Amino acid sequence: MNDNTLIIISRTENLSKVRDFINYQALNAGFNSGDVQDIILAVDEAVTNIIKHSYSFDPEGEIRIEIEIKDDEFIITITDKGKSFNPASVPEPDIRKYQKEHRVGGFGLYLMKKFMDDVSYTSIPDNYNKVTLKKKIH
Amino acid sequence: MSDFNCSIVEHNKIQIIKLKGYLDAHTAPMLEENFTELISKNKFNIVVNFKDLNYISSAGLGVFMAYIEKIRENKGDIKLTEMNEKVYNIFDLLGFPLLYEIFDKDEQAISKFLGNKSE
Repeated sequence: MNDNTLIIISRTENLSKVRDFINYQALNAGFNSGDVQDIILAVDEAVTNIIKHSYSFDPEGEIRIEIEIKDDEFIITITDKGKSFNPASVPEPDIRKYQKEHRVGGFGLYLMKKFMDDVSYTSIPDNYNKVTLKKKIH
Repeated sequence: MSDFNCSIVEHNKIQIIKLKGYLDAHTAPMLEENFTELISKNKFNIVVNFKDLNYISSAGLGVFMAYIEKIRENKGDIKLTEMNEKVYNIFDLLGFPLLYEIFDKDEQAISKFLGNKSE
């Protein structure tokens, strides 16, 4: 494992570790503090989704977060070995509808897309899921 | 180590929950407990003060969605106050100002509750 990689197990108590890691990496890459906060939130949402949905709160799942900087782009790749996920099945949030349906989730993916330039998912069933978040370094 | 806490003070029978630190999927259950307890005591007029809240993720936002209907069915409300710009921006992006009253100061939220009661 090098400085650009963080491996955690799927427990929400590790979210603060993830935020510290991303804070350090994004500041080093040259983002301003506003952008750093946006990236931290996007990664928090991605990891929270993995803990809740890929691993269904199983506390022993592995989550790997890797940072790469390529062509002025900050690229975060998050890999897990839980259940596969189809982002196309997640609708855009409609808060009035959510209230009627007593729904409390569904906001995470929307925030990830808002705060990053690109969000993409790859899922190989029974093998791994990979979410890649990209943001241009200004 | 806990990077979040919340405390409740009562003012004119209105409950003021003060949030501090980081509200994420790990700490959201602590806030849920507070709402559950207030509801169990039939305390439905609630102000949530965000002045010392540094960070919120969607798991934290979900807590407000989870209780609002129950509270309004009982003629109460959750009113939100003193958000920093970053936290407000996240609420705003998700459309929360359509459903929740957000004030600069606790006093404004409190007087709204008191005013509504005399109707």
